[in-house]
Amino acid sequence: MATMPASASDLLKSFKLKTKQQELLIRVSILCLVYILAFITRLFSVLRYESMIHEFDPYFNYRTTLYLTENGFYDFWNWFDYESWYPLGRIVGGTLYPGLMVTAVLIYRILRFLRFAVHIREVCVLTAPFFASNTTLVAYFFGKEIWDSGAGLVAAILIAVCPGYISRSVAGSYDNEGVAIFALLFTFYVFVKAVNTGSLAWSLASAFGYFYMVSAWGGYVFIINLIPLYVLVLLITGRYSMRLYVAYNCMYILGMLLAMQIRFVGFQHVQSGEHMAAMGVFFLMQVFYFLDWVKHMLSDTKLFQAFLRITVTSAVAVGGIALGLGMVSGYISPWTGRFYSLLDPTYAKDHIPIIASVSEHQPTAWSSFMFDFHILLFLFPAGLYFCFKRLSDATIFIVMYGLTSMYFAGVMVRLILVATPAVCLISAIAVSTTVKNLTVLLRSKNKVVQTGSTKGSGGSKSSSKALLDQSQPFQKNGAIALLFGAFYLLSRYATHCTWVTSEAYSSPSIVLAARGAHGNRVIFDDYREAYFWLRQNTPQDAKVMSWWDYGYQITAMGNRTVIVDNNTWNNTHIATVGRAMSSYEDEAIEIIRSLDVDYVLVVFGGVTGYSSDDINKFLWMVRIGGGVFPVIKEPDYLVNGEYRVDKGAAPKMLNCLMYKLCYYRFGEMMTEYGKPPGYDRARGVEIGNKDVKLEHLEEAFTTSNWIVRIYRVKPPNNRW
Amino acid sequence: MEAWIRARVTLALTLFALLFFVSRSSPPRQFVISNAERRIDLSSHIINVHLTLKVENTGTRPASEVVLALTPTEVDHLAMVDALAIKGKQKKTTSVRLEVKTELPDAPPIDAKYFTIYLADPLNSGESTTLEVLYVFMHFLEPFPAEIAQSESQLVFYHDTALILSPYHIKQQTTFIKTPSTKVESFIRVEPTNRVGTEIKYGPYEDCPPYTISPIHVHFENNSPFAVVEELVQEIEISHWGNIQVTEHYTLVHAGARHKGVFSRVDYQSRQFSNGASSFRYLLARLPARVHSVYYRDEIGNISSSHLRTNSLKSELEIEPRYPLFGGWKATFVIGYGLPLQDFLFESSDDKRYLNFTFGCPLIGMVVDKLTIKVVLPEGSTDPSPVVPFPVEHRLEAKYSSLDVIGRTVVVLEKKNFVPMHNSHFQVYYTFNPIFMLAEPLMLASAFFMFFVACVAYIHIDLSIRK
Repeated sequence: MATMPASASDLLKSFKLKTKQQELLIRVSILCLVYILAFITRLFSVLRYESMIHEFDPYFNYRTTLYLTENGFYDFWNWFDYESWYPLGRIVGGTLYPGLMVTAVLIYRILRFLRFAVHIREVCVLTAPFFASNTTLVAYFFGKEIWDSGAGLVAAILIAVCPGYISRSVAGSYDNEGVAIFALLFTFYVFVKAVNTGSLAWSLASAFGYFYMVSAWGGYVFIINLIPLYVLVLLITGRYSMRLYVAYNCMYILGMLLAMQIRFVGFQHVQSGEHMAAMGVFFLMQVFYFLDWVKHMLSDTKLFQAFLRITVTSAVAVGGIALGLGMVSGYISPWTGRFYSLLDPTYAKDHIPIIASVSEHQPTAWSSFMFDFHILLFLFPAGLYFCFKRLSDATIFIVMYGLTSMYFAGVMVRLILVATPAVCLISAIAVSTTVKNLTVLLRSKNKVVQTGSTKGSGGSKSSSKALLDQSQPFQKNGAIALLFGAFYLLSRYATHCTWVTSEAYSSPSIVLAARGAHGNRVIFDDYREAYFWLRQNTPQDAKVMSWWDYGYQITAMGNRTVIVDNNTWNNTHIATVGRAMSSYEDEAIEIIRSLDVDYVLVVFGGVTGYSSDDINKFLWMVRIGGGVFPVIKEPDYLVNGEYRVDKGAAPKMLNCLMYKLCYYRFGEMMTEYGKPPGYDRARGVEIGNKDVKLEHLEEAFTTSNWIVRIYRVKPPNNRW
Repeated sequence: MEAWIRARVTLALTLFALLFFVSRSSPPRQFVISNAERRIDLSSHIINVHLTLKVENTGTRPASEVVLALTPTEVDHLAMVDALAIKGKQKKTTSVRLEVKTELPDAPPIDAKYFTIYLADPLNSGESTTLEVLYVFMHFLEPFPAEIAQSESQLVFYHDTALILSPYHIKQQTTFIKTPSTKVESFIRVEPTNRVGTEIKYGPYEDCPPYTISPIHVHFENNSPFAVVEELVQEIEISHWGNIQVTEHYTLVHAGARHKGVFSRVDYQSRQFSNGASSFRYLLARLPARVHSVYYRDEIGNISSSHLRTNSLKSELEIEPRYPLFGGWKATFVIGYGLPLQDFLFESSDDKRYLNFTFGCPLIGMVVDKLTIKVVLPEGSTDPSPVVPFPVEHRLEAKYSSLDVIGRTVVVLEKKNFVPMHNSHFQVYYTFNPIFMLAEPLMLASAFFMFFVACVAYIHIDLSIRK
């Protein structure tokens, strides 16, 4: 991209534009195109399916957004939702990050004000792509800040199509991350800008950026730990300056006050362990400032050294004692399980099965790094090299951001998202610098021949290097070859990104598509079939019990009360449901009645071969249920350490409620030609218990492909 | 069971009232019906009653008003009544539609409602004429038992009287009741009564005095889909840029015997005929020709099970709700489509424009309890006036669509108890100045122009404070 102004300059000479204007025109048009590209590449899902909300969590966000549009902000803020976590309910206003919903409603109101008759659903579906487009702009400015405008442009292009980011920001993926990555990058950019300029205005902006991030996503903890870490590194490396002092103090104090306005965060910001690093660094800053002043006042170096030793020791001691006292008295809460599991990847597996059970909390496989970053994975170290070669406050920041987020990306799959902007920016530096060096090499040689003078415009260092290296043979040809290589790699990257976006990241997961026998597309719309049936044909106050994965969808689409949902705030409640599912029917019905359940919903993939169904998730129900209720013992369900559903399965497995509900009357069903009836296609076995009898529950509805099965709880038998 | 008893009690009371008031009758007694033949079609949940009356003027003066009587329960379920006069002899018969009006006589002799048919030419003394009357009833069949399981078929009651309720003396009358199948559980005999195949014949009965009735019921199997649209809101938005956008919001319900207990997918899939006989899955909508951009969705998204077949004369949209509808189950959905403007919008002679569109429900064979048609006229149109062939309620509303400033006029037409026989064309006349078409493009163009001017200004003006 950086080559364009140079090659097109002769052609553009006929227009009466100054070089500066030409450059601006090209830059602005590239940015506009990138902006549009980032938006439209995320529309695959809308074109292939429809304009709909995807996955699980977005349905909660959509439901709350609807509530916000209908009832206004104050009702939303004070909303007690009695339709979830029955009979406990959930204080929604105090347990969510409202940034996403408020943003969507704001966009909706503005469009309405401008007389565009849009539906709130359309706004929600397109919020993530819109913010992805905005992120490309921020990436451009960030790149410009840490390197130059060429790197900024490349960063914008890379981040526009990077699969790691697209995975969470396709149209319909109406989740916190959609706006949070924008807020994250914006905060970092503005903070780096503030550090570079020492301007109070920029640090104020970063405080507001941080506030927006806190309102949007729990990942703000990353910011409030990375920035202090960065400041600490600058202090240690002796890069302390007044600019840094102004930037950090203003950002921390204002950002903290603003963040405490979010009810979900509140006083945690000054009390919880995750936020203590920021506070410690804040006090350290003051000590530094004080020392600086004392040093200025004292002319004697020896005296100052002694003073320094005493002050630093006492400051550290006071800080340590304060922290210890806070911890002991319980004023400072310890780290949460999620935070622990980030630092120690094996922690969740041993202590919190509910975190370990979520697929996106698993450690990342190498293949998914390759899948999400492609060539950026190789460009990243190269970019780091360039950054270290030209160390500045800004490049130190991006290096730290890149390295820490890469670590977190390795711990949890979903945190690849956080690493993506850093990887894109650092790779952009590598691409931009390499291409620039190569073109300068080509141009300077020509100029030597033509005019005999070298006018290195961008990197004077590299052009002088080119002059030095002139003795090397085939230099020009080599440069051309390398340029072509770079072009080839980048085009492969673009192709890969498009392919990944269209194939992997654009399916809404609520509608399943498969290829039929004749190559035609078959759509399994069973989830919505079941949810709509619940919505239309059950009493308004019916309580539905299902595994927590489907909670948000049932409340949003089925409009019925659920026992547990994806919020997972109460482990015991989830364990109770897990226990009911893994008990015998007689025991389960007691739990079901005590929870006042009217319908039980299970997801079953045996007919279609859909593998993420409740039988495959059953392992976690047993583990989570057993974690709280020791009655449930995992070995009871296992045969030689594995879960089986065929004839060799454990007797408890064959008679537990989940098995019965999934396989009720499945034994009569012919699923595949040439296989016996009751052949489970998801697991590829003939089921072990074909004669399932239900005593306290009856089949209320089963969808056309059997994916969702709903059972009605029968009223207790008359005793007389 | 209770409902059935209540119905019988009502009928008995009616009979009692009838005997009590039989001497005092207010409608003119000039006519005598020499022959009455009634054919009742019970094959679906829309009941068609064809009544052929041979009316003779026995009075002294010419008269043109023939009065029909219906019981209150019948009136409650009456969707429409239509009368034709048959003229000419045996083979060359022509029919003329006659005006029918609801009439409330001063002193009703019995608890009945009256309709008056106005003959085109007054009937002279001693002359006779043949009238054909069509009654259409909805929600008139009562499921019994009221709740059935998946494998049972649906049985319904039909209540009526073997003798036609009439203010006139009827010399001879016959009633034919056609049931959908030969499965008839029971029916009340009023001799002579005869049942052959799917038809039950009551009569002929001779010389019935006015206001005599004889309650009967038929209990029979009817597995035809009792699909009822509880509410249909049809919005027709006219754009003078060449498109008419129609959006239809349906609330569909299965109004037959309620589903009870288990719904088993295995049985439903493997034993189609014996299971869920009264349920339905497919609906057919007949849309106008040249329809485009058809969609079918509901509150939670697109419904993928639909097929559209188009040809030059008509388009057929076959839709399938998300799940089969059993008794008492509901489904709501939206159908939307675009139509070319020139097929439906015309200019009338007095410089007005008018929309000519079908008043009705595109779903075939569907009863609509409440039908609301909203015609959204383009922004800036004035003097809207609807012309509908039957009485409807109408009012005006305003709607704001994209880029509207003053809002669009909406003509709202409401009709209760709508049956497919009502399908007919209606017109909405309005005045529109084509200059209004340019308002929105000009607004957009000026907004973009302002944006570019702002960009140019930003580039050319140095806004920095420092010099």
